[in-house]
Amino acid sequence: MSCKRLFSLILLAFGLSFASFSLSAQEAENGAKTASASENTAEKKEDKKLDISSVIFGHIADSHEWHLFSMGETHVGFPLPVIIYNATKGGLTVFSSSKIAEGEDYQGYHLQRVGPGSMKEKVLSVDGDKIYDFSITKNVLSMLVSVVLLLWLMTSAAKKYKKNGDMKPPTGFQNALEAIMIFLRDEVAKPNLGVKANKYFPLLLTIFFFIWINNLLGLLPGGANFTGNIACTALLALLAFIVILASSNKHFWGHLLNPPVKPAGIKILLVPIEIMSLMIKPAALMIRLFANIMAGHIVILAVICMIFIFGALNKFIGIGFVPVSLAFSIFMFLLELLVGAIQAFIFANLTAVFIGQAIEGDHPDDHQAYHISEDEIIA
Amino acid sequence: MDLLTPELGLFFWTLVAFLSVFFILRKFAWKPILNSLGEREKGIAESIATAEKVKMEMSQLKSDNEKLMAQAREERTAMMNEAKQIKDKIVNDAKEQAKTEANKIIIDAQQQIQQQKMAALTEVKNEIGNLAVEVAEKILRQQLAANDGQTNYINMLSKEIKLN
Repeated sequence: MSCKRLFSLILLAFGLSFASFSLSAQEAENGAKTASASENTAEKKEDKKLDISSVIFGHIADSHEWHLFSMGETHVGFPLPVIIYNATKGGLTVFSSSKIAEGEDYQGYHLQRVGPGSMKEKVLSVDGDKIYDFSITKNVLSMLVSVVLLLWLMTSAAKKYKKNGDMKPPTGFQNALEAIMIFLRDEVAKPNLGVKANKYFPLLLTIFFFIWINNLLGLLPGGANFTGNIACTALLALLAFIVILASSNKHFWGHLLNPPVKPAGIKILLVPIEIMSLMIKPAALMIRLFANIMAGHIVILAVICMIFIFGALNKFIGIGFVPVSLAFSIFMFLLELLVGAIQAFIFANLTAVFIGQAIEGDHPDDHQAYHISEDEIIA
Repeated sequence: MDLLTPELGLFFWTLVAFLSVFFILRKFAWKPILNSLGEREKGIAESIATAEKVKMEMSQLKSDNEKLMAQAREERTAMMNEAKQIKDKIVNDAKEQAKTEANKIIIDAQQQIQQQKMAALTEVKNEIGNLAVEVAEKILRQQLAANDGQTNYINMLSKEIKLN
């Protein structure tokens, strides 16, 4: 029943995003053109070859300005605030990224590519001071938008309960939210966490919705690749790891450091493996989400870039390839919508599983938690 | 490798945003919603339990009613039977009484008829006697008016008298 409801919600999300897809395709097209255009000007038309990887990684990387699209030579977008903490001199500096967009110096800072062939640009001090960059980058802004959206959606849904009382049937978004929450509670929290489900459930819900809404926002045309950024997934995995460690009990550490196996000598082999697995769990969480979302973005962009690769060979082949490429990218886009929800679910589910393992033994009916993880760790 | 090195700024802002979202939503969204869900589930469970109880009570009541109905029906039948018996008895009694009454009346009537018949007969006899006497008187008067007749009669009477 709740599975069906969730599915229809995902379908709805598909439908909504589908409308904006044509824009996305056009935007990517423009991006590719810009890239080739800037390449042309930069290299004085020495090399007319398309630099597909720079286009794709330019879209995926974080940036100090939010570039929306380009028409020929005019770039449409908006600059974002750069916030620098200078550790050598001390003090915080805030200025618009438009001041350093073209490579110029401003207040002793300038934007520089990290290395040759790298798409990553970093704010560096001209004097070589040690600085920490706390800029509101594209990803940060996207995340802040998602935070505002999330807070608004969830609190407005919560208000409905206060307004309508507990016994009135849920309507609209409240209904959809409720279906997801009940699904997560009954399929994720309760089987893994047992009686302690209520304690950890708010965390799982926040993880799930935070990842999901950012996955969806990342799929919007011109959207940022926040959940496909390792900093985001690293933080989420680190928080999950901290929660796992903080909730772990004696039984968990006992099993970890002194496993009850018969030939005692094998413990020498087992204990390091167990300790490694403890570290690998959050690392796997981090890499799974990061790789899935980033790969999705790359594939969509790559499929669209195929038009220009073929176009570079021959104009007509390029035009002829448009429908194929569009069909592929629409398919990938829909797949990514699904992956966005699935990855959010898996992150929340595995967090629950790992916490469940850490608190296992507090109550006897918890033993199934371990078996679930064995299957799902592959996903 | 650029993609695999997390940046401090994004890491920091994500930490701030995620934790604030977590604490705000926990207080203002998840707890109220989960409480409401719990309350509703409890309410629904209670409603179902109550409905079940009411259903049980209803079926109990229904069977009670049926028992009562059956009892009432039995009583009614018994009463009907009794009434029928009483009615029959009354009717029979009445018939019996009527019969005896009629018999008595008939007997009385017969007696009266007998009496009146007797009286009438007596009267008729008396009348006949009188008539006979009168007739005889007349005849005698006529016969004895003449001398012959007187002598004949004396003779006849004297012949009747036998002196043995």
